[in-house]
Amino acid sequence: MPEITRDEVAHLAMLARIDLDDAELDHLAPQLSVILESVASIAGVAGDDVPATSHPLPMTNVFRDDVVVPGLTAEQALSGAPASEQDRFAVPRILGDEQ
Amino acid sequence: MSTDTDVTLVPFDDVLAAYDPALGLEVHVELNTNTKMFCGCPAVFGGDPNTQVCPTCLGLPGAMPVVNGKAVESAIRIGLALNCEIAEWCRFARKNYFYPDMPKNFQTSQYDEPIAFDGWMDVSIPGDDGEVETFRVEIERAHMEEDTGKSLHVGGATGRIHGADYSLVDYNRAGIPLIEIVTKPIVGAGEKAPLVAREYVKQLRDLIVALGVSEARMDQGNLRADVNLSLAPRGSDVLGTRTETKNVNSFRSVERAVRYEMGRHAAVLNAGDSILQETRHWHEDTGITTSGREKSDAEDYRYFPEPDLVPVAPSREWVEELRATLPENPTQKRARLQAEWGYTDLEMRDVVAAGAVEPIEATVAAGTTPQAARKWWLAELARRANDAGVELTEVGVTPQQVADVQALVEAGTINDKLARQVFDGLIAGEGTAAEIVEARGLAVVSDDGALGAAVDAAIEANPDVAAKIRDGKHAAAGALIGAVMKEMRGQADAARVRELILEKLA
Amino acid sequence: MSAPSTGGIRRTAAEMAAALADGSTTSVELTQAHLDRIAEVDGAVHAFLHVDPEGALAAAARSDERRAEGATASALDGVPIAVKDVLATEGLPTTCGSRILEGWIPPYDATVVARIKAAGLPILGKTNMDEFAMGSSTEHSAYGPTHNPWDLDRIPGGSGGGSAAAVAAFEAPLALGTDTGGSIRQPGAVTGTVGVKPTYGAVSRYGLVALANSLDQVGPVTRTVLDAALLQELVGGHDPRDSTSVDQPVGGLVEAARRGADGDMSGVRVGVITELAGDGWQPGVMARFRESLDLLVDAGAEVVEVSCPHFVHALAAYYLILPAEASSNLAKFDAMRYGLRVLPEGIDSPSAEEVMRATRDAGFGDEVKRRIILGTYALSSGYYDAYYGQAGKVRTLIARDFDAAFEDVDVLASPTAPTTAFRLGEKLDDPLAMYLNDLATIPANLAGVPGISVPSGLADEDQLPAGFQILAPALADERCYRVGAALETLLEKKWGGPILDRAPGLEGAAR
Repeated sequence: MPEITRDEVAHLAMLARIDLDDAELDHLAPQLSVILESVASIAGVAGDDVPATSHPLPMTNVFRDDVVVPGLTAEQALSGAPASEQDRFAVPRILGDEQ
Repeated sequence: MSTDTDVTLVPFDDVLAAYDPALGLEVHVELNTNTKMFCGCPAVFGGDPNTQVCPTCLGLPGAMPVVNGKAVESAIRIGLALNCEIAEWCRFARKNYFYPDMPKNFQTSQYDEPIAFDGWMDVSIPGDDGEVETFRVEIERAHMEEDTGKSLHVGGATGRIHGADYSLVDYNRAGIPLIEIVTKPIVGAGEKAPLVAREYVKQLRDLIVALGVSEARMDQGNLRADVNLSLAPRGSDVLGTRTETKNVNSFRSVERAVRYEMGRHAAVLNAGDSILQETRHWHEDTGITTSGREKSDAEDYRYFPEPDLVPVAPSREWVEELRATLPENPTQKRARLQAEWGYTDLEMRDVVAAGAVEPIEATVAAGTTPQAARKWWLAELARRANDAGVELTEVGVTPQQVADVQALVEAGTINDKLARQVFDGLIAGEGTAAEIVEARGLAVVSDDGALGAAVDAAIEANPDVAAKIRDGKHAAAGALIGAVMKEMRGQADAARVRELILEKLA
Repeated sequence: MSAPSTGGIRRTAAEMAAALADGSTTSVELTQAHLDRIAEVDGAVHAFLHVDPEGALAAAARSDERRAEGATASALDGVPIAVKDVLATEGLPTTCGSRILEGWIPPYDATVVARIKAAGLPILGKTNMDEFAMGSSTEHSAYGPTHNPWDLDRIPGGSGGGSAAAVAAFEAPLALGTDTGGSIRQPGAVTGTVGVKPTYGAVSRYGLVALANSLDQVGPVTRTVLDAALLQELVGGHDPRDSTSVDQPVGGLVEAARRGADGDMSGVRVGVITELAGDGWQPGVMARFRESLDLLVDAGAEVVEVSCPHFVHALAAYYLILPAEASSNLAKFDAMRYGLRVLPEGIDSPSAEEVMRATRDAGFGDEVKRRIILGTYALSSGYYDAYYGQAGKVRTLIARDFDAAFEDVDVLASPTAPTTAFRLGEKLDDPLAMYLNDLATIPANLAGVPGISVPSGLADEDQLPAGFQILAPALADERCYRVGAALETLLEKKWGGPILDRAPGLEGAAR
């Protein structure tokens, strides 16, 4: 049933923040269609009466006490940063607004 | 970006003539837990940048979240205080979107399984005739989530996001527990819509404070309100397209933002255009909103259950235990106190507006009559707080001290005028009320000898007035009382002075 | 005296621990011998992405000091180990086989890493893997493939091909792997080694760079069942940092492995999964599987056939759940806080978003991109119910199949992988063919049950190893160890020694 078009792949790549070039789109779109066709076989396997499993083991209510535990120093936190300034992560200019 | 800064708003009354407003309020409350939502980092403001972080809240590869049980407890208590159902089983979900201040590029939140849902809050709003009306706001849900980091925008003209060269991110705030409280569409408020919005947020704040789960200060950002508004043609039961206004940082701004958006929506609709579903930003300085982000593809948050956390299934026993810890609802409490104290709606409104409910309650508990307590807190101390620019509770006088002063007045030791000087002394930290009366020599003169001499002198100095009083015009006594009080430097009981004057001129 | 050329590296980890205990070797000696072996053969095998001679030898010296003071930290104190590069190691690079994490040095240890450090095991280095554990051949590593020690032109399995090859090539006696859909067991099968995926939650995932959080599990990669049991007991157990960690002990593993080594299987009921054997499976793999079953029957086991009808949908469900979770997990690799930052070409003063997109394009390989896009699709509004939602339901049905099966039998059995190791490059651009490698291993991940792969012999067609998989109910990991150890004993008796005795020596194989 599902055919995934090149445009759809481009849209998904945009949502996933991956700059796919034309060659990659040409390469990936047909592969994704094949995979999708294969996985689409599960449609209708389980009826409405079957609950979905999101965790393999049925656990609930795993909570932590509200007690401070030591974390990282600023130096450790920033140790992998591509760029930093004033003990903050330096990132390129941000377009758009907070959500 | 539209050129919406120069829009001509439709006047408020004209908006109401043609449209019915529908409100929706999303309030984020930052909890005052010791630690963050999913890790043991301190959940406090003001540390040096990136010092209150760990692999989990920094989103380092491999790190995992663990739920703060205290935050769940606070969420349930908020839900119960808002008359919500508490979920028997619910999960966290990932809200996926990219933004540099969000370490994992997804926010751990709740989606279709909130911890609390289907509640309500009764909001008191001033009616047309000074009476208090109750407006019921239906609560859709309250759910748990985590806060984001904070960015400093460097370069550009204003330090604002637009035009900046780059940004500097501090993740200390990332992961602080938030409770998002979402109303159902609020319809039928009509002209009161801006007021309902303001009072809802304000009274919600009071509730949160009474619960003790957050500092809930809008100016500090630990209570944030997003205001949704849409207009529908009058009488239509279909909701219009809404806008979501963010960055509304005070109760007054909530009201103003609603008014502004009502006028703007009407202008757009009257021009035959349609409203863009978008996020808008409130500007406190100019009192307008501007267009933010269009809600198109970014809306596809690809929610799914957070696989690193297990479901939350609060037992009914736990929920009932928490219900028993709820403080009295502030609105209900006010209604009860108003009845107990015998205040009029107008009086009660002033008391609430001055933040004097709790001080008066404590003063009355210390033995003062409600009327006297109200007089001191509202007439005397509220003015002083206002002059000093502080909250009433920070004025420097305790309810017990007010009760002590009033007891001295009732015993005839001092009068109201002298009492003001006692308050001066109390604020200056000169000791107890009694000590101040003693030290400042403020006690009224009750020695009839000294008082009688002063009365005789006043009669002699004002023969015309004395003659009138002798003729039965007792109202003229005021002039003589004034003269006596002046002579006694205020340290006399005016009622006793009046008695003496009338006796002598009978 | 000069160390023998092998330095005792062909011993099992348990034997090494015994040699350390009786003073016939030291941890420094043992560690150096493995470092020498790595220097000798890893140019050809490429099991390691990073080797840490200084750190390993320092840890070994500390172990020897402890032993001299009579204060050993654990049964395996001083026995060196290799760690899959998907586990965070403080001070050691952790790349997950990806360019996007090139040079990243975590400021913290994964719980399992902290536990092996505390137990005194010197860490030799980090092993190669398919990028972010996406693959069944280790060819998707950004740093080049690992070669199967049995035939250097063939794949070592994946994603944990590095750990399996390191153990098979005697570069390490023990390794840690992770298994999301077979990444420990399938490499074990094709390299003639033992691999265990414990019960979901039995071993902490804290510090495991998640591929698919609801499927991932850390486990041992070893040459013997007993060694695997020793390692799982050491790294397993409740971890308050992992909310999905089970708080009841999953123990008795070493005891079960020792008991199984008696080779007595009387009273044990083994179910052969109808859906995981038969047509389409390599005949040599099936032949070794059937022989192994016969040995178990001879040892007293009862073998019955069991149907798990929904297993045929496991692969499809897996390839929806995994990409969905992975697409979200991998969003954090955005060039802002750590790892690679690539500036897009031809753009002055690019925005954060443009840098994210350019970096993620340059930093991720094809397989990762495929799965991110697939996962993004599966979670998109409008598709969620049909894909991710439906996959979750299929997962329920598969778990019910397991429940029903385990009412009749103690363990389930199947070949671990449908084929022996294929040639490098053979399936690289045919994702679906690659995915089929995990057909038999995926159901255990979906249901959270434990599984072990033990060598079943060499396939007649190509003289390459095949694996025998044993699955047990959740938390009953000891059954895997007992039956696995029994089969190992029975087969080695038949073969006259461990299967790896028949593998090429690789001496002078460096190229």
